[in-house]
Amino acid sequence: MSTPDVAVVETGVANLASVLAAWRRLGIAARRVLDPDEVRRADRVELPGVGAFGAAMDRLRSTGLDEALAGRVREGRPTLAICVGLQVLCDASEESPGIAGLGLVPGTVRRFPDRVRVPQFGWNRVEAPPGGPLESGWAYYANSYRLADPPPGWGAAITDHGGPFVAALWRGDVLACQFHPELSGAWGLAMLSRWMRGGLAGGAP
Amino acid sequence: MIAARILPCLDVKDGRVVKGVRFQGLYDAGDPAERAAAYEAQGADELVILDVSATTEGRKTAAETVRRVREVLSIPLTVGGGVRSVEDAGRLLDAGADKVAVNTAAVQDPAVISAIAQRFGRQCAILALDAAAREGGWEVVVSSGRQRTGRDAIAWAREAVARGAGEIVLTSWDRDGTRLGYDLDLLRAASSAVPVPIVASGGADSAEHLLQGLRAGADAVLAASIFHYGETTVGEVKAYLAAHGIEVRR
Repeated sequence: MSTPDVAVVETGVANLASVLAAWRRLGIAARRVLDPDEVRRADRVELPGVGAFGAAMDRLRSTGLDEALAGRVREGRPTLAICVGLQVLCDASEESPGIAGLGLVPGTVRRFPDRVRVPQFGWNRVEAPPGGPLESGWAYYANSYRLADPPPGWGAAITDHGGPFVAALWRGDVLACQFHPELSGAWGLAMLSRWMRGGLAGGAP
Repeated sequence: MIAARILPCLDVKDGRVVKGVRFQGLYDAGDPAERAAAYEAQGADELVILDVSATTEGRKTAAETVRRVREVLSIPLTVGGGVRSVEDAGRLLDAGADKVAVNTAAVQDPAVISAIAQRFGRQCAILALDAAAREGGWEVVVSSGRQRTGRDAIAWAREAVARGAGEIVLTSWDRDGTRLGYDLDLLRAASSAVPVPIVASGGADSAEHLLQGLRAGADAVLAASIFHYGETTVGEVKAYLAAHGIEVRR
């Protein structure tokens, strides 16, 4: 294993072109995976944004990816979840009532209040505590739902759109971002690069 | 707080940028990928590519252009022009677009918007709405302004959002190309009528025009010529907006 690579979960509804292009710009080999065993085995796994919460959970359950991803997250193995990828780690979402999330992050994802633009489309802050895996900066968001309160047991970066909400969460080598690092310019590429390096350091046998 | 967005727009035909070449010739039929990278470096928040080809062959070239731009671009990319179906949208998304704008086809068959939103998510489904002033309001125009539809523009914006449009690129057909600034009344009416972000388009010729658009309720401002001509940069515009109290990403 000389060159680090990342396994990008092919969810079937996400548009992967931007995600894969970002890895190419960083010189990192990215491969698409759908097989749960491959997801278990891979050194580093990315779960990209995948549209609606309910559709994403259906897809994860029907393919057996839910258990594979949950196992990685529980063990703190290098896993990067983007946008709805963060949301499916939670208990549930107002977007799809009655559908359970993976339940790894305590809390329910709720819609932004009516007094602000929904969807939130555009660049917003990421306010990260010093010493964590993220640097504060501007990131690109495209979401209508968010986790309002930082959950216990997870490190968190915060931002604001009609009130504070979670921009990113981390625990072990798991990093979940509500924003899209692949669309967040030089700041986003630096974040992806750092996560790859952190995964190398923390995940090496 | 979410920042106001500056969106340079590239009109692309046969794989080359065609807008902004007529007057000063600073970017004589520029390369889209080079222009895209330059705009990102200047601080552009997103990029819009409008395919102005009229032929099937041109459409194929447009997908290739999107692919080349995606390789160098680390900010969101919206692509519009000639999108008629969910399949057209899928091809552009596969090529590397993040959002697809639908205009004439959505007016003719609003189910196109619903189909794109359901298949790819509403964050991908952008309505390009061209509006022309009439007595008491605005009407929708299609086919690059050649055809007035008689349909109320604000009512159409509401319907498109109900069908799943996640954002509206709102072009004033009266102002487009005039350099007189955006139709501010149109921006005020649309931004108060729908909850989704509004991108102001048509008529901007200065940083002051962009400021006016944002103050009138636009969440983002699209401009082509002021950047193409090299008269100003995205960075300079952002400095101006910040000095006037608008939050921008810098």
